Amino acid sequence: MFPWDLLANALVAGLLLGGVYAAVSLGVSIIFGLLDIANIAQPAFLILGAYAVYVVNTGFGVDPILAGLLFTPVFYLLGAAVYRVYYGSFERRGEEALRGLVFFFGLLFIIEVSLSIKFGVDYRLVQAGYLGKSFEIGGIGIAYRLLVPCLVGLAMTLALHLFLGRSFYGRAIMAVSQDRLALRLMGADPVHIKTVAFGIGIAAASLAGALIITITPVIPSSDRDYIGRMFAITVLGGMGSIGGTLVAAIILGVVESLMSTFFGPSWSQAVSFGILLTALAVRPSGLFGR
Amino acid sequence: MRQPWRRSFITGALAGALTVVLVLTTAFVALAADPIKIGFGMALTGGLSANGKPALLAIQIWKDDINKKGGLLGRQVELVFYDDQTNPATVPGIYTKLLDVDKVDLIISGYGTNLIAPLLPIAIERKLTLMGMFGLANNEKYQYPNYFQIQPAGPDPQISTAIGFFELAAKQTPKPQTVALVGADAEYPQNALVGARDLVKKFGFKTLYDKTYPPNTVDYTPIVRAIKATNADIVFVASYPPDSVGMLRAAHEVGLQPKIFGGGMVGLMFTSVMTSMGSALNGVVNYDFWAPEPAFMAIPGIKEFLKDYQARAEKAGVDPLGYYLPPYSYALMQVLGQAVEGTKGLDQQKIADYIRATEFNTIVGKVKFGKNGEWAKGRTLMVQYQKIQGSSVDQFRGPGKKVVLWPDEFKSGSIIYPYAAALK
Amino acid sequence: MPQAARALLAGLVVVGLGIFIASLRINPYLYFAGYVILQYIVIATAWNILGGYAGYVNFGTPAFFAMGAYTAVFLIQTMRPPLPVLILAGGLVSALLGLAIGYLTLRLRGTFFSIATLALSIVLQTMIINWEFVGGSRGLSVIRPSGPPFGNYVTFLFTVMVLLAVVAVTAARFIERSWVGRGLAALRDNEEAAECMGVPTLRLKLFATTVSGFLLGVAGAPFPYYVTFVEPNSAFSLDYAVNALAMPMIGGTTSWVGPVIGAVLLGSAQQLATVTISSEMNLFIVGVVLVAFVVAAPEGILGLVRRLRGR
Repeated sequence: MFPWDLLANALVAGLLLGGVYAAVSLGVSIIFGLLDIANIAQPAFLILGAYAVYVVNTGFGVDPILAGLLFTPVFYLLGAAVYRVYYGSFERRGEEALRGLVFFFGLLFIIEVSLSIKFGVDYRLVQAGYLGKSFEIGGIGIAYRLLVPCLVGLAMTLALHLFLGRSFYGRAIMAVSQDRLALRLMGADPVHIKTVAFGIGIAAASLAGALIITITPVIPSSDRDYIGRMFAITVLGGMGSIGGTLVAAIILGVVESLMSTFFGPSWSQAVSFGILLTALAVRPSGLFGR
Repeated sequence: MRQPWRRSFITGALAGALTVVLVLTTAFVALAADPIKIGFGMALTGGLSANGKPALLAIQIWKDDINKKGGLLGRQVELVFYDDQTNPATVPGIYTKLLDVDKVDLIISGYGTNLIAPLLPIAIERKLTLMGMFGLANNEKYQYPNYFQIQPAGPDPQISTAIGFFELAAKQTPKPQTVALVGADAEYPQNALVGARDLVKKFGFKTLYDKTYPPNTVDYTPIVRAIKATNADIVFVASYPPDSVGMLRAAHEVGLQPKIFGGGMVGLMFTSVMTSMGSALNGVVNYDFWAPEPAFMAIPGIKEFLKDYQARAEKAGVDPLGYYLPPYSYALMQVLGQAVEGTKGLDQQKIADYIRATEFNTIVGKVKFGKNGEWAKGRTLMVQYQKIQGSSVDQFRGPGKKVVLWPDEFKSGSIIYPYAAALK
Repeated sequence: MPQAARALLAGLVVVGLGIFIASLRINPYLYFAGYVILQYIVIATAWNILGGYAGYVNFGTPAFFAMGAYTAVFLIQTMRPPLPVLILAGGLVSALLGLAIGYLTLRLRGTFFSIATLALSIVLQTMIINWEFVGGSRGLSVIRPSGPPFGNYVTFLFTVMVLLAVVAVTAARFIERSWVGRGLAALRDNEEAAECMGVPTLRLKLFATTVSGFLLGVAGAPFPYYVTFVEPNSAFSLDYAVNALAMPMIGGTTSWVGPVIGAVLLGSAQQLATVTISSEMNLFIVGVVLVAFVVAAPEGILGLVRRLRGR
């Protein structure tokens, strides 16, 4: 007897997880996909955001997702600052390839170690009223712990999609990724646009961090679990396509969930990266890429 | 002056006597001032530092206690230690420095199976006595006679975690029939699962699920759902702190309610986890080594130690109650110290022979070592979390919330069976 | 050619020096620490062949190093061949790994290669964790062979590492000065232009990844005998990734001298810190120094020296 309800539950869990993975990858989608900056430090900002939320949640009892939202301006400014350093040290001199990568790697390392020093390696979790509760629809259990972050993640994706498509800055960001000179001629300063984009990318990462710590406890080295996922999703979805990111994230979430349920969890993560390597080998522009 | 030679003789004799007295005094003072150095690496950073740091604090408390009483063999004790970063690759370098540069007199191990493993060959090569701090079955391959382990796993370390769990299960009426086994892809959980499988065979249970998961799994719901789908009576989980929390949370969300749940979930006994999980822990039957129940609190010396530890814990940024590893770390040092005093010296072989032959009185009770340096009789406890309400830390200070079910000598309460009954 | 002969002679002298130091049987701690530093010379040099000469950043150093180590573990568990066989086997396996990854990703841009190497470590670690024969997640204890020269096996490993370091540096120097090196430099500066000029960029890149992989595997193969206990978390440790990056960056990426300088400086500093500061501050400092160098002194110490000597 084929376990239909197990399959259904696994699919739903995968979809919910996919919504969160999409939020996690939005930053990379913008920064790497549109700005062409391989920001390896993105997962560190994810975890940094998670810890910021943890501090506020344990100290003041603020709902984690709300705290995440409150922190977005802070992280936006942080992102803008990081970009300025990156631009001044590398982009301007035209040496981005090697040194930029190393710069971000060093940044990743510094952030992770600083968190270790400050918070130690104990697992940190947050408290919220809806954690631990779930409801059922037709035999499929849905946990609020997954549902709420997923909905927020979807909202973020939609918001960013609209922003990029409709607003001035959004379209400028799309433009700067395609043709910098033309943008200049239209009167917008590419450096300024890129600063805004980078800031948004980091802000997205920090909010995604709030979602992550709601789902599962984190430690400083949790960032390494997401490096592969973020880039796998961005590449699979197609560089520069927010919609593509969402689809790829859902694919990854469902694959991980199905592998976990039916074949044993050991291989689910390796399989995800297998998808990445295959995508790079077979269709590097991704599903929806340009 | 009648006989000048007589005066010079007396002067000479006096001078000689004075010199001898001076030399002896200086030598004595030098010897007394010359401290006994005990060296070790410890996980102060990295994955195991959550236990390594409290262990260090306990060792330091022992050093202060022993020095207050005059030290060992009349000499003060000095600790020389380095951070092994939970990385086995640092161990050879650290211990070579301790032995050849710092010239320590005695060594003990760091915390954890993986950090003890690279140390054994060094101890064997240099013929040193090695006290091991919480490692599972490290000596099985080498069978080195001068190794002693303070973890109360007993002569069969692999089944030590699970034996109490399955024995309790087998005793219930009606006897449960089916088992689900799950654990993390990591050292300790894998060992525990091997032992669990042996026990399942021994007690005649039927295995319906037996899988592992990678340690950085984000969401445990699919795993728990798959287990629930099997409807197994017994669910045995071997996990490290993050997955223990993840599995337990997922179990509540999915509504997993086997007849007995838990087993080898590391981390549930950490104060930070107990306070954040609160009543979600109720009903879980888990392994443990120590509990603030009457049988343990009555042992001489433990109350003073805990008072000392808890006073210093907050400043040190470690587990505030110290109800897991610290008493054993202190006991380890007690064994070593008593052996040094007992053999009246620092001869490694004599100390090892003494430890092997003696039953020690420590703050965790009587300690006697047997085959391969493990405890002659295993004493891994099975506890059940009961009647926890809310998340205040004070409810965990005293007895009653983490009841000892097994073994009988330390039993402090009865099991609430099935698991679901404890959730009300 | 006199130059090559001189280089060979210099190499032999260094190896001889290493053997001499080993025979002195000075404080064993120095051999333990020295082994690690020499190991990093090999790792940094290996990384630089791909990273510095060709401009392709490999974040997956741990994967190649660990494959060398685990190949050795596998052979030790089955046939227990002598050390040279272990070293060659480890090198070959990692070389093949480099070739495979290169073939899959090098036809694309450099950033994709780097991302693939990031994922590579995780995939390989998962595979090793699930492979019980080499210990899986529980790790495996390895017993050192008996009856070594110099009385202590680690001292012997020290001399072996001296030899390997000389081999790695000689190889790097040879590549740098040959047409291969010039081709790599050309494609580092502008790959499209180099292609247009007829430089066989793909083949050169594959060559670089293979050689780099080989040397990393060679560095990893003696590791099981050094540490006697191999488990996935420490074999695949991020430390190798960071150090493999930081050492050439700090020393200077354009020449074979850079990685050596970086490895000696940073390696010694870390060995010292382990037994003095002894905490995560050690790692924090590595990160900060790395970023500082990459921002302010991108050509490393070599570059600084060059600037001081006058453009």
